[in-house]
Amino acid sequence: MQRKHLFYFFFIAVGLVFTGRLFHIQVIKDEYKLSARNNVVRQEKIYPGRGLIYDRNGRLLVGNQSAYDLMVVPANVQLEDTLAFAQLLGIPKESVHNRLSRAKSYSPVKPSIFVKQLSRSHYAYLQEQLHNYPGFFPQKRILREYRTKAGANVLGFIGEASPQFIKANPGYAKGDLIGKTGIEKSYEEVLRGKTGTEFKLVDVHNRVKGSFADGVYDTLPQPGYDVHSTLDIELQKYGEALMQNKRGSVVAIEPATGEILCLVSSPSYNPELLVGRERSKNYSKLYLDSIEKPLFDRGLLAEYPPGSPFKVINALIGLQEGTITPNTTYTCHHGFHYGRLHVACHCGTGYPISLRTSISKSCNNYYCNVFKGIIEKYPSSQEGMNVWSRHVKSFNLGRFLNNDLPTGRRGLVPDADYYDRNLGYTGWKAVTTISLGIGQGELLLTPIQMANMTAAIANRGFYYTPHIVKKIGSEPIEDPNFTQPKYTTIDSSHFGVVIEGMFDVFDKGTARWSKHDSIEMCGKTGTAENPHGQDHSIFIAFAPKDDPKIAIAITVENGYWGSRWAAPIASLMMERYLTGEVDRPAMEKRMMEGDLSEEYQKQLQKLYANQLMAEAQEP
Amino acid sequence: MRENTNIFQNIDWLSILLFFTLVLMGWGNIYAAVFNAESNSIIDFSERYGKQLLWIITTVFLAILIILIDGSVYSTLAYPIYLVSMLSLLGVLLFGKEISGARSWFVLGGFSIQPSEFAKFATALALGRFLSTKPRDLTRFKNQLSAFIIIFLPALLIIPQPDPGSALVYAAFILVLYREGLSPAYIFIGFSLAILFILSLLIDPLYLTVALAMLALIIWFITRHAKRFIWRIIIIFGICAAFIQTVDYTFNNLLEDRHRNRINILLGKADDPQGIGYNTNQSMIAIGSGGFSGKGYLQGTQTKFDFVPEQSTDFIFCTVGEEWGFLGSTLLILLFTIFFFRLVFLAERQKSTFARVYGYSVAAILFFHFTINIAMTIGLAPVIGIPLPFFSYGGSSLWGFTILLFIFLKLDAYRWQML
Repeated sequence: MQRKHLFYFFFIAVGLVFTGRLFHIQVIKDEYKLSARNNVVRQEKIYPGRGLIYDRNGRLLVGNQSAYDLMVVPANVQLEDTLAFAQLLGIPKESVHNRLSRAKSYSPVKPSIFVKQLSRSHYAYLQEQLHNYPGFFPQKRILREYRTKAGANVLGFIGEASPQFIKANPGYAKGDLIGKTGIEKSYEEVLRGKTGTEFKLVDVHNRVKGSFADGVYDTLPQPGYDVHSTLDIELQKYGEALMQNKRGSVVAIEPATGEILCLVSSPSYNPELLVGRERSKNYSKLYLDSIEKPLFDRGLLAEYPPGSPFKVINALIGLQEGTITPNTTYTCHHGFHYGRLHVACHCGTGYPISLRTSISKSCNNYYCNVFKGIIEKYPSSQEGMNVWSRHVKSFNLGRFLNNDLPTGRRGLVPDADYYDRNLGYTGWKAVTTISLGIGQGELLLTPIQMANMTAAIANRGFYYTPHIVKKIGSEPIEDPNFTQPKYTTIDSSHFGVVIEGMFDVFDKGTARWSKHDSIEMCGKTGTAENPHGQDHSIFIAFAPKDDPKIAIAITVENGYWGSRWAAPIASLMMERYLTGEVDRPAMEKRMMEGDLSEEYQKQLQKLYANQLMAEAQEP
Repeated sequence: MRENTNIFQNIDWLSILLFFTLVLMGWGNIYAAVFNAESNSIIDFSERYGKQLLWIITTVFLAILIILIDGSVYSTLAYPIYLVSMLSLLGVLLFGKEISGARSWFVLGGFSIQPSEFAKFATALALGRFLSTKPRDLTRFKNQLSAFIIIFLPALLIIPQPDPGSALVYAAFILVLYREGLSPAYIFIGFSLAILFILSLLIDPLYLTVALAMLALIIWFITRHAKRFIWRIIIIFGICAAFIQTVDYTFNNLLEDRHRNRINILLGKADDPQGIGYNTNQSMIAIGSGGFSGKGYLQGTQTKFDFVPEQSTDFIFCTVGEEWGFLGSTLLILLFTIFFFRLVFLAERQKSTFARVYGYSVAAILFFHFTINIAMTIGLAPVIGIPLPFFSYGGSSLWGFTILLFIFLKLDAYRWQML
C-alpha cells in the first residue's frame, strides 16, 4: 500500500460519514423540521369582537373594550434589571420571578400570559419600553365594557374557559374567554364569533419579520352577532333601585310575547367588578359572600311557597272542574275547620262571600274548601290530586321553563305519587294536603314561574315561554318555543271573574293602598310562610286589566306580608313601565329607602343561635 | 527537460475551477445568510456580502500575482517568510486587538488581519524547505524533532490568543510527515489515544481500566506461546492506564469550563439546548430542516432570522444545508472531496520534494478544516471555531487559503523547471 492511499481512505471515509449523517438528519428525521418551524413561526390569535348586547329599545348595555395581555416566551427573556421591569408593570419584584418560573414550567418556548389585561393607558406607556425586554410581547384582548350598572346577573359575565370546558369543547383553547353566566352564557355560540389566527415569522429575538407562507394559513376573525335582549334597562334599573337594601326579586314579562322586561335580583353587584385585572379578586369576594349571595340570581333560582297568589290558580281549577261557580259562597269563621284541623284566616268577613270577594279578601277558608272540592270530586284522592296537579303544571309550574336562560329551577308541584311516596297510599286525603289550597305546604315556585303564571292569567289562558332575547343580529328569534302560545288547561271563559277579583285587590282589597288612580291594575298579595324565619312578602300583578302590557311577580324576603313591600313595588313598577314616570313620590321614596338589613341581621342571629343550641344539645 | 514558457498552459485548471466554484458558492451563501428583503443591493459594502465581494475580487489579483512571481522564490524565501509569520504571531499577542475574547487580530484602518490564517502557508513552506534541502530520514528522532518544532511552534503561539481551533489545525501536518516517511505508529497511536480519550470521558476510569486489563489478558491468552509479547502487553496496558488517569485529571482540572461543556454536550453527557449546546442544536435544526432538496435559495428561515450563530463564518454550512438540502450539501461534500483527491494527485506528480511536501500540506490543511468545520455543524465534533475553506466569510481566511493554494498551483505549473 502506498502512503497516499491513507489520504484517499480518509477523504472517502469522511465524505461517507458526512453524507450518512446528513441523510439521517435531513431526510430521515422529522424533528428538526418541526423544531425549525417552532423557532420561526409564532401563532398569534386575533380575538374577534364579541357580539354586543342591547336592550329592547336599542340601548347598548354591553360593549367591548380592548386590553392587552403581556405575553412571555421564557427562552428569549434577558432580564437584567428586574426591579425596573417590575416597577414598569406595577407588580412586586418577587412576582416577576414567580410569573417567569410559572411560564417556564408551562413551556420555555411557547408564549404564555405574563400579566393579564393591562388597561389601554397602561399599555401605551409600557409599549414604549417593551423593546428593552426581549421575550415579552403584547397580545390584544377583547374585554367587556358595561354601559350599565344594572342587570349584572341576567347579562352575565365572561371569564377564561376552564380546562374541563376546553376538553369538552374542542373549538376553544387555553386563554379563550367564554360566557359564564346570564345571556353571555346562553348566547355564547352567537356572541362569540370566530377567533382568527395569524402565523408570523419571528427572528431569534422574537421580532416579527413578516407573515408565514404569505399568510395562506391565516384566518380572519369573525365578530360575533349582536344580541337584542328583551330587557327594558330603565325598568330594570328602577326595579333595582326599589329593591335596594332588600333581598328578593322582581320579574316582569310582557304577556303578549313572553318577553322578559326585567329580571331584578337583589342584592346584585356592579358588573364592572368582573372586568380587568382585579377580576379574580372581586370574583372570589362576590362568590364567597354566603350571606348576601350577590351572584345568586333569585329571580331564577330562589324557590318559595307562593302563598295567597296561588289561590287564583285554585279558583281557576275549581271553575274548570265545575266544583265551584262564580256564585259559590262560603262563610268564613276565622278560618277553615275540619275535625281537629284548623287553618286560620284573617279575612274578617263572617258572612257568605263569593268567589270574587274571596280573592280580594284573600280568604283562606274559601280556598281550603275549593281545594277540598276539587280533590273530592274524584272517587279517590289520588285521581283528584293528579287532576289538580295537571292543571297546575299547565301553567308551567313544577317544571323547568326550558328557555334561553342558562339557569333555573323546577320548583315543586306535588302529585299523587309524591304523597303516596311520602305518606303511603292510604296515608293522605284532601284535608291532609289542604295547605296547597292556599299556596303553602309542599308547593314551591320560582319568581319567574310566578311571573309567567301571572302572564297566563293576564292572557286569559295562554302564555309564551319567557325569554330574554328577541333579536340575534338583525333577525328576530324564530324558535317556536318562544313564538308559539302554550295553552293552559283552563278555558278562557273562566278567567273573567278571577281577574275581576284581582282588580278588586287593588280597588278595595288587600292592596288598596297601592292602587293607582288611572291604571287598571290587577294583583294578588301573598304572605308566604317561611320555615326559616320571618314571612316573605309576595305579590303578583298585571296591568292594564283589559289589555295587559306587563305581568309582574315580586318577592321580598322576610318582608312580613304582601301589601307591605311587594304590592307597592309592583304598583310602582307597572306605573313606571306603562307611563314612563311615577307620580307617587312618597310611596316611591318609602320603597327605595325601605331597609330590611336589620331584619336580615336578626334572622341571621336567630339562625346562628339555633345552630349553637343544636350543637349544645349534642352529647 | 521540456521548455514551456506559458505558465497559463501548465497550470491546473481543474483546481482553479474548483476554487472559484467554491468561492462563488460561498459568496452566494453568505449573501443568503445576511440577506434581508429590505436591502437588496448586492454591492453594499456595509454588509458582509459586499465586503466579501471585495475580498473575492482582490483574491483574483492576488492569485495572478502569485502565479506570475518566479517559482523559485517560494523555496528560497521559505524560512524568512516563516520567521516573519512567527514574529507576526508573537506581535499579535502583544499589539493585537481583542475581539470577542481573543487577541487574534491586527486592525489596520478599516480592515482587520488575522496572522494565524497566514501562518499556515508559511509553516507549509518551511516544512517543505526543511525536508527538501537534503534527504531527511524521518525515522530518525533528530529529524522528527526538528519537523515537530517547525509544525508546533505556530500552534504554541496561537494557543494563548486563545484560539485552540486554529492551533489544532497544525496537527494536520502529521499526515504530511507520514507521507514523507514518519512511522504510521504515530498516526495509529494518535488515533488510539483519541479513542481512549473519548472512552475515558464516557466511562468511569476504573471500569475502563478493568475492561482494558481483561482485554490484555485475552490477548495474552491467545498469544501465550510467544513469550516476548508478555512484556509488550504489560507496557502498553500500563501506558493506557496512566493515560486514562491523566485524561480524567486534565479534563476536570486543566480545561476551561466552556471547552469542557462543549465536549460533554457532544458526548451526550450534558443536554442543554438553550444554553451551551444552543449553537449545535440550532445548527442541526437549520440543516435538518432543509430536508432532501432544501427550502430554496434565500428561503431559509433559521439562518436568515439569526437562529444560527456565526452563520456567515464558522456555521456557513447551515445555510447550504437549509436552503439546498441533502442534495446541495452532498454536492458540496463531493466538490471538496474531488478537490482533495486532485490536490493529492498533483502533489504526487511533483518532481521536487519541496513541492510535494507543500502540496500535501495544502491538501492536509484544507481537509482538516473541512472535516472539523462540517463535523461541528452536524453535531459530530465539538464547537471548534475554524472556517470552512473558501466558503466562510472573512478576508484573512480567504486570502490565507488563496495564497496557500495558489503557491502550490504555481509550484505545480513550474514543476518542469524545478528539476
